Order: sequence, then C-alpha cells, then structure tokens
Amino acid sequence: MEALARSLVSAVPAIAGVPLWTVTLLMMVLSAAVLLAFALTFGGLGSYVLRKVAGDIQVRIGPNRVGPYGLLQFLADGAKLLLKEDIIPAKADRFLFILAPYLVFVGSFAAFVVLPFGVGLTASDLNIGVYYVMAVTSLVVVGILMAGWASNNKWALLGGMRAAAQIVSYEIPVGMAIMPAVLIAGSLSLQDIVRSQGGLLGIFGWNLFHNPFTFFSFFLYFTAAQAETNQTPFDIPEAESELVSGYNVEYSGIRYAFFFLAEFGDMFVVAALATACFLGGWHVPFFRAEALPALWGNLLSLAVFLIKAFALVLVMMWVRWTLPRLRVDQLMRMSWKYLVPLTFVNLLGVSLWLLIFKGKGIPALIASLIG
Amino acid sequence: MTGPADLIFYFVAALTVASAILVATLPNIIYSAVALLFSFAGVAGLYVFVSADFLAATQVLVYVGGILILILFAVFLSNRISTVKISNPVHFNWQAALLCLALFGVLSYTAVSTKFPVKPGLSYQPTTAEIGELLMTRYLLPFEVASVLLLAALIGAALLSRPEGEKERSADMEEPK
Repeated sequence: MEALARSLVSAVPAIAGVPLWTVTLLMMVLSAAVLLAFALTFGGLGSYVLRKVAGDIQVRIGPNRVGPYGLLQFLADGAKLLLKEDIIPAKADRFLFILAPYLVFVGSFAAFVVLPFGVGLTASDLNIGVYYVMAVTSLVVVGILMAGWASNNKWALLGGMRAAAQIVSYEIPVGMAIMPAVLIAGSLSLQDIVRSQGGLLGIFGWNLFHNPFTFFSFFLYFTAAQAETNQTPFDIPEAESELVSGYNVEYSGIRYAFFFLAEFGDMFVVAALATACFLGGWHVPFFRAEALPALWGNLLSLAVFLIKAFALVLVMMWVRWTLPRLRVDQLMRMSWKYLVPLTFVNLLGVSLWLLIFKGKGIPALIASLIG
Repeated sequence: MTGPADLIFYFVAALTVASAILVATLPNIIYSAVALLFSFAGVAGLYVFVSADFLAATQVLVYVGGILILILFAVFLSNRISTVKISNPVHFNWQAALLCLALFGVLSYTAVSTKFPVKPGLSYQPTTAEIGELLMTRYLLPFEVASVLLLAALIGAALLSRPEGEKERSADMEEPK
C-alpha cells in the first residue's frame, strides 16, 4: 500500500506536498470503504437471492412485491431494520449486548481484506493470507458467545454455546482441508495461491484437478466451511424449531442486521476462499488476464472471480434448502470422527504426491507425457 | 521516526496495558474475559509493529480463538458467576501483592539487563518460511516434544471428562449375564 502511495505521489504533481502517510491512510480508508460497500450490497442482494432460491425449491414465488421481480425487496428490508425500535432486554447485560454484534461483524468483515478479487485487486496481499483469515474469523466465536450470554435468555445462551462449540470444532477440518492448496503454492498468500493455478492448462491448472487428494479436499473444505458458517444442514445454533432463533433471538433492528450481514459476509468469504484455493481464483480458462492492460485485466479477472464465487454461494443456498438439519451429536461426530481424520489423510496424501511427483499434478504429468 | 506510526504504537501499547489492568481489577469475571480479549488483540498489534506477522496471527488464533473461548465456556457453565463474591472473592491480599512485586522485580530486571538482538532498521519481510524451516530443522526436538505434550493433555482431558459414563456403560453391559 505504501509503495503504491509513493508511486501515486510521484505521478501526480498536485499532491506532491502532501505527506506520504496521509495518502497511504486515505487509500486504506478508500479500499476499506469499497470492500464495505461490496459486503453490504452482497448481504442485501444475497438475502433476496436466498429467498428467491428458497421459493423456487419449495415451489412458491418468493418476494415479488417491491420493484420488478421483487428486486428492491432488500432495500425495503434494510429501511425496515433501520427504523425498527432498538430493544435491549431489561435483564440483559447492556455493555456486552451492544458490543457483541460489532465483534461478529468485524470478525467476518476483516477477512475481506485479503481476498484476491482480481489480478491486482487485493486490499492487502498479506503473506500470511489464509492464516490471517483463519485467525480473524475466530473473533466471530467470541461475539456469538457474548451475544448468547448477554441476552440473558436460555435459548440465546444455548444457541451461543452450540455455535461456539461448532465453530471451534470445524475450524480444524477447514484449516486442514485448505492446506493442500498452500502446500502446492508454497505460500500462505492468497494471490500466490491463485497465481500457482494459472498456466496454459485451462481449468486443469486448478488445484481441484491437481491430484485426487486435492479433489477430495475441495469437497471436505466446502462441507466443513458450511458448518463453520452455521448454514443449514449445520444450523443447530439457530435451529428455529427448538431454539427459536438461537444466539440472536433477543436482537432487533439494526443490531440484528449486523448478525445477518456477518452471516452473508461469512458465506461470501467461504465461497471466495474455495474459489481462490481450488477453482483457480481469478484465472480465466485458456486466457491470460495478467497480459491485458491493467484496467481490463483487473475488470475481467474481477468478473471471473465473482462469477465463480457467486456460483458457489448459490450451491450453498441450494444445499441449505434441500437437506434437513443434523442433531448436535451427529454434528460433532461428523466433525471429529469423519472430517478431521479424512482431512489429515488428505494432507498426508497431498504431501506424498508433491514429494513423489516433484510438485506436478496429473494434468501437468499428462501434458509432459504428450510432449 | 516520529509520525502516525508512533502514535498508533502508543495507542496499541496503552490499550494492551490498560485492558490488562482491567482484567485484574474488574469485579465481574465476564468483564475480565472481555478485557482480556482487548489485551490479546493489543499484544497481536505489538507483534505487527516488530514485523512478526505470523506470530501476530498465531496470537489471535490461539489466544482469542482458543484460550479466551475456553475461559468464556468455563465461566458461562458455572452458576451465579456474575456476583462479585463468587467470581472474585478476595480483592486485596498482601501475600499476593508481595509475590506480584517480586515477580515484577525479576521480570523487569531481566527485561532491562538482557541484550536483545535488534535488527538494524525494521524490515517488514515475511517471516513464515523462516519460522517453518527453523521448526523443522534446528528446533525439531522442542517442536516434537511440545506436540507430544499437547497430545498427552488431549488424551488426558478426554479420559477425565468421561469416567462416570464409561463405568455406567460397562456396568450396563455386564448386567444381562
């Protein structure tokens, strides 16, 4: 960011007198604002798509009143949530009750910073990218636990406890399932991981088709990540039929909206990580977006990345409205007895593969055989 | 170097120390836990200032994502925790104060007298690869010993948390004979 600011200062003579840190700070604020706008828009439109998909799957119409095809429904919902009375239960712990939604939102939104949206479109390409995402999302757990406890409501507390237990358990398979991509790229930086999947092989350069173990890893990651974001079929923290709504049951108005937006933010982060680590990120099949002029290359790669990520989000919604909810003990068994051992075996398999075939995947091996 | 970086450093340092003081003095243990969250975050920020990015992320992952949640769980599962008498019964104890003072003396003496290897000029270089290499070569034995210790703790915890259930089940199984 600072190097970019320096080049900007030297390129534009009008701001030559401005101190470097001011320019850097302004650029940071600007990129954060762009990301925030994206996250909020995604949350709004995502909720509309979610309801439409639900409608289609359950053979009903879904939202269709506000705007053409109900497209403006999310604006109406947003206005409604803003105008609603802000209720804080009398017996609630005021301070923690107010703090909790912010923590959850910060934990979810902070992950956006390192997402590789395009060739050069990353707010900050940290060299510990994947690890950073794993770390900041743990803030979500603290926020959820806090919300559950501060509400002073038995359903909220149970939901919060369940959510925390679930997220902590599934963090392990999620981290282990993403490791193969890190091993192949030899870097934790998300941009490096994406770059390692380019080349002339088209979609066969993706980590998904690198070797059988990475193929399984993708599905393991997607399953575990869906559980980590508390989506159905793993939504026992919310379980409407038993817990009413779980940890956020006492929240209303804009405070509820924070939880809601964080949930959609998590959904996008999961989809984006899966895209970046296994589906080639912003790479366009059989085409080098990096070779284009900066503006067009960035726009094209951004579009490709978003298409891939949104497709995965749609799959998540599809799963969400198709499968029934797991029981608590089934959920824990799923994580500890199936996903964790499988991801460990996978990790070992990928490591051995990289050792034996000197880092080459099946498509690259076939290509070298042909000539 | 004076400028915004210094200001941010002092802010982060003040946040760390102030929330650490709050952890010790707050009457309600849940608020202590929340203050601990900010203290951990502040320490992670300090790591960033000495360009230890991997360590900073580890700090957040292990302490916020693991230990703090463990503490919160323990607190939430205990009854009537928010009353001062149970969660923090003794507010001042001269033996403890003496011990604290002694520890503070030793720690500050060590901190002042030790010659820390300081790199000339902070370079914000990635550290992950170096850490990984050192863990797998020079510090392999401590690394493995630590993992065996953690494994032992894991097995021990699993064993301790289910003695009654296990006995009941074996008793049930034996009855039909």
